[in-house]
Amino acid sequence: MFWVIQTLNGISFGMLLFLLAAGLSLIYGLMKILNLTHGSFYLWGGYIGLMVVHSTGSLFLAALLSSLAIAFVGMLMERLLLRRLHLQELPQTLLTFGFLFIFSDLAIFIWGGNPQTMPKPAMFSQSVQLGDFFYPSYRLFIIAFGLLVAALLWWLQEGTRLGAMLRAGVDDEEIARALGINVSLLFTLVFALGAFLAALGGTMGGPIMGVYPGADFEVMLLGFVVVIVGGLGSLKGALVGGLIVGLLDNFGKVFFPEFALFTIFAPMALILAVRPHGLFGRE
Amino acid sequence: MSNLTVRHMPSSSGLATLWSMGVIVLVTLPLILPPYYVGLVVKMMVFALFAMSLDLLLGYAGMPSLGHAAYFGMAAYTTGLLALKAGWTVWLALPAGIAMAALTSVVFGLLALRTRGSYFLMITLALSQVLWGIAFGWRSLTGGDDGLPEVPRPNLSLPWSMSDNTPFYYFVLLFFVVGTLVLVRIVASPFGYVLRGIRESETRMLVLGYNVWRYKLVAFVVAAAFAGLAGCLYVYFNRFVSPDYVHVVRSAEVLLMVILGGAGTLIGPAVGATLIVLLENLISTYTERWVTVLGIIYVLVALLAPNGIAGLIASLRKQRGRP
Repeated sequence: MFWVIQTLNGISFGMLLFLLAAGLSLIYGLMKILNLTHGSFYLWGGYIGLMVVHSTGSLFLAALLSSLAIAFVGMLMERLLLRRLHLQELPQTLLTFGFLFIFSDLAIFIWGGNPQTMPKPAMFSQSVQLGDFFYPSYRLFIIAFGLLVAALLWWLQEGTRLGAMLRAGVDDEEIARALGINVSLLFTLVFALGAFLAALGGTMGGPIMGVYPGADFEVMLLGFVVVIVGGLGSLKGALVGGLIVGLLDNFGKVFFPEFALFTIFAPMALILAVRPHGLFGRE
Repeated sequence: MSNLTVRHMPSSSGLATLWSMGVIVLVTLPLILPPYYVGLVVKMMVFALFAMSLDLLLGYAGMPSLGHAAYFGMAAYTTGLLALKAGWTVWLALPAGIAMAALTSVVFGLLALRTRGSYFLMITLALSQVLWGIAFGWRSLTGGDDGLPEVPRPNLSLPWSMSDNTPFYYFVLLFFVVGTLVLVRIVASPFGYVLRGIRESETRMLVLGYNVWRYKLVAFVVAAAFAGLAGCLYVYFNRFVSPDYVHVVRSAEVLLMVILGGAGTLIGPAVGATLIVLLENLISTYTERWVTVLGIIYVLVALLAPNGIAGLIASLRKQRGRP
């Protein structure tokens, strides 16, 4: 019973990590940008979602609005700034790190330094009985929601014309351009989509994780570990990596509270030693 | 990567004059400056050393680490703990700190060196956060979030107490000058030229018969050792060490210093470090939102001076050379 509960906890957290890592991975796969601002998208998504929840009472509306708002912010960042630094990895690193600083400081300025809790939607505020124990239904919902998003992204990438263009852009940007694919527009769309997913994670994860200063750094690092484990540029990697890291993080916190981070990083080091580009990554 | 280097360097004798003038200025500074600013210059020297150590990796060998604070912090914790809890003298605690930094870098290097570019950035970042996690979580040893206060200043059994900033300044200056000279020698040695070769083309160096991997590992460890030296000096200066020493914010800060000054020049990153320490100090006295301002500096450097001050000077010179 203990194992079932902790495993479900780990999987639901893994789904949130998947939302983050999917964006990181897509962005890197197409434009080779290591987006350090990704954690800020998550945190700001959470804070904006919180404001919407407080005024409308609907978590789902909040998730939609905050994700759209952050997608717009991401779009502006890509169009106005990141585009000038195409394929210059160090300036990109500095730029996205600078925004991580700016967003994190402004969040404290706007919303204060106290952790805040996001109310669960009424529909999922209860626990459900699973066999002979009770489990919060919201966490089960998050697992289903994560799987749904994964399926949608999978369909987007493999089953649509847009996805075909995306894969072409990932494989060979120049040839894709020569074939008349609007790669420049694709860049903006993918960056906005990544921001959207991160903010979605921030809002939907709010009832479980809370919304607090410093979450941006925390989830950014976990997101990177997911991508390192799963492999950059791979959707499958983001999902599998997210689940692995989610479970490791959860059991690590239960069994070795003093070395919580270590239980994630030691397996990561092991995977790196065997597969330097992650489980599903391509060189 | 090649556009990161600055090809128009002053002649070596001109450079020597420049360096010796710099040393003379540094020796006389404490006689002129008020005590608070003496401490500020100590901080500048420590971070200049730290930035130059990253430059060896980034500017010369072309390895962009986003986890360089790991070695700075590892050394700081080692030295701090040994000095505080075991009462080791500086002549034992400081080498022990550097050795631990170097040892850590061997382990991390074995994992990270198989990758390049973005993967290298990400993996060095993640590995350094392991140490942060340990520093943060292992309260009984590291004091966790509260850190380790009251690390004693070194006792050199000299007539001057190191608790005063001015004698301590000269203690740090000694390490700074020796460290800089050694780094300059390394960069000018055949080893330094092999690193430049690796930066420009790894495959070419492989074809020429160089064991690229081994050179990269040595560069990685040497850079970590110098970062460790900076960390040891900083813990003695601050008399305090906390998980912030290892945090990615510190790694990014030193990366900013290197790029702001101009990677691949040694002197550039030293200037970058001086500027950032000065700016942080100035800004934090004027506004509470100094983290935002610092973030804006990151963004501006990325957009306006990706090749740093040294790169700006070089391009100015080029423009002037052309009629």
